[in-house]
Amino acid sequence: MRRIAANIAGQLLALFAQFITAPRADWRGIEPVNRQRIYFANHTSNADLPIVWTVLPPALRRVTRPVAAADYWLKTKARAFIGPEVFRAILIDRRTDHQTEDPIAKIVTALDEGASVIIFPEGGRNRSDDPLMPFKAGLYNIAKARPEIDLVPTWIDNIASVMPSGEVIPVPLGCTVIFGAPLHVGEEESKDAFLARSSEALSDLMPIREPSA
Amino acid sequence: MIPEMPTQTSISIVVLFGAACALLIIATIAGEILRHRLARHGAHPTVETYVTRLHSWWAMVFLLAIALLIGRTGVILLFAFASFAALREFLTLTRKTKADHWALIAAFYVVFPLQYVLVWLGVDGLFSIFIPVYAFLILPILSVIRGDGRNFLSRVSETQWGLMICVFCASHIPALVTLDIDGSTGRSVLLIAFLVLVVQLGDLAEYYAGRRIGKKRVAPELSPKTREGILCGAAFAAAIGLMLFWITPFAPWAAALIALVIYLIGVGGSLVLSAIKQDRGVKSWGHLIPGQGGFVDQMDSVVFAAPVFFHLTRYFYGG
Repeated sequence: MRRIAANIAGQLLALFAQFITAPRADWRGIEPVNRQRIYFANHTSNADLPIVWTVLPPALRRVTRPVAAADYWLKTKARAFIGPEVFRAILIDRRTDHQTEDPIAKIVTALDEGASVIIFPEGGRNRSDDPLMPFKAGLYNIAKARPEIDLVPTWIDNIASVMPSGEVIPVPLGCTVIFGAPLHVGEEESKDAFLARSSEALSDLMPIREPSA
Repeated sequence: MIPEMPTQTSISIVVLFGAACALLIIATIAGEILRHRLARHGAHPTVETYVTRLHSWWAMVFLLAIALLIGRTGVILLFAFASFAALREFLTLTRKTKADHWALIAAFYVVFPLQYVLVWLGVDGLFSIFIPVYAFLILPILSVIRGDGRNFLSRVSETQWGLMICVFCASHIPALVTLDIDGSTGRSVLLIAFLVLVVQLGDLAEYYAGRRIGKKRVAPELSPKTREGILCGAAFAAAIGLMLFWITPFAPWAAALIALVIYLIGVGGSLVLSAIKQDRGVKSWGHLIPGQGGFVDQMDSVVFAAPVFFHLTRYFYGG
């Protein structure tokens, strides 16, 4: 029953997002086919997750689980329904003293069950003026644990104008989600080199515009 | 409110719809023959684009015909939806900061719906000044309260421009139904068909003639439109206007002249919006209309022509 309700809520959410922002997927580096993937995306707004979720074709959406913060998604009843049930999020507590199990192990378990994963490697919302904050080690650890899975850089464009952090009402502006060419961690590659390389692969997808105000 | 729509108006709409379908059937058959002939060499990109565009044209003809048959409510809903999509495309590309959030919210959730409510109610005194005066004054105040002075003038001007084009000018298309002609609004819904057909068919003629005989570009840096193409388009638009005089209150010569004027304004509008696209480094405004790009790409010329057509008609023929 809850499963069905979650399904319907997911459809409604996608419809709402489509109506508000008419998001477009730009599959620049890969095809939207059903293969196991780790999508890593920039994070500026609470609307990031619903937008990526919306632009994935339904068949891919069904097997894709976002990694999200437990301290955010378990705060209220509504969130606890949307996060774990609608998005089937893998919940990670960002406060180390609250962690009951190793977050990386939790994500790897989900991958071993066949799920694709959406991850925001900056570890939180980017409120700075830079396009990306430095990546946390999580992406490297996951890539090391399952090196055969494609890591897909996923640039979410313009969402910060739709819903700047701290705002509640979204402005209906167009959004694009750009999926780049997949990458893998090199056998000899150091953590810092890999994180720098993946961060660059992601920021390279950012559309070039005259610097907006 | 309109009483019962006279059946004569409905008959006129059905006749126009039939003619548009006949044109589209010929174009579709031609497209399929081309596609079939070229199929040996694999899909031909130009033909595929042409076929996709035709599909969009079919959808537009059906939607417009249904809206016109419903009357005032139908056309207002249709163009309000198109307006919303166009405003979204436009404001996606304008300069803004976090400080403009309230102004943008007001633009989408207050100014846009209110303009269409005013059109629906037929309060023409107010809908002609609401955006140029009140939105113009209030939205910058909302931006300034949030306090960010960087590029302030560009930010507020660009938002206002988006509202003027995508809401104010666009709302003059459905506003034609509120015009009182010869003591009744019964046939004024046909003015929308006149405006859309003249401008869009003129654009099509300009496009094809320009491709074949076009030499001198009118805005070489910005647009492939040529003087020869525009001349052909203008002649064709005037001819369409003349052919359609029976759905308007205009005399035949006046119908051709008005068609010529609105076509030329439309060409100008299309050039202006190309310049904005180039400034923002995009090829099209959006992706929602298959083969055509965005709503702004599809409506640019009609939107520019609409207020001029509205005023010409009201001044010379309206009550």
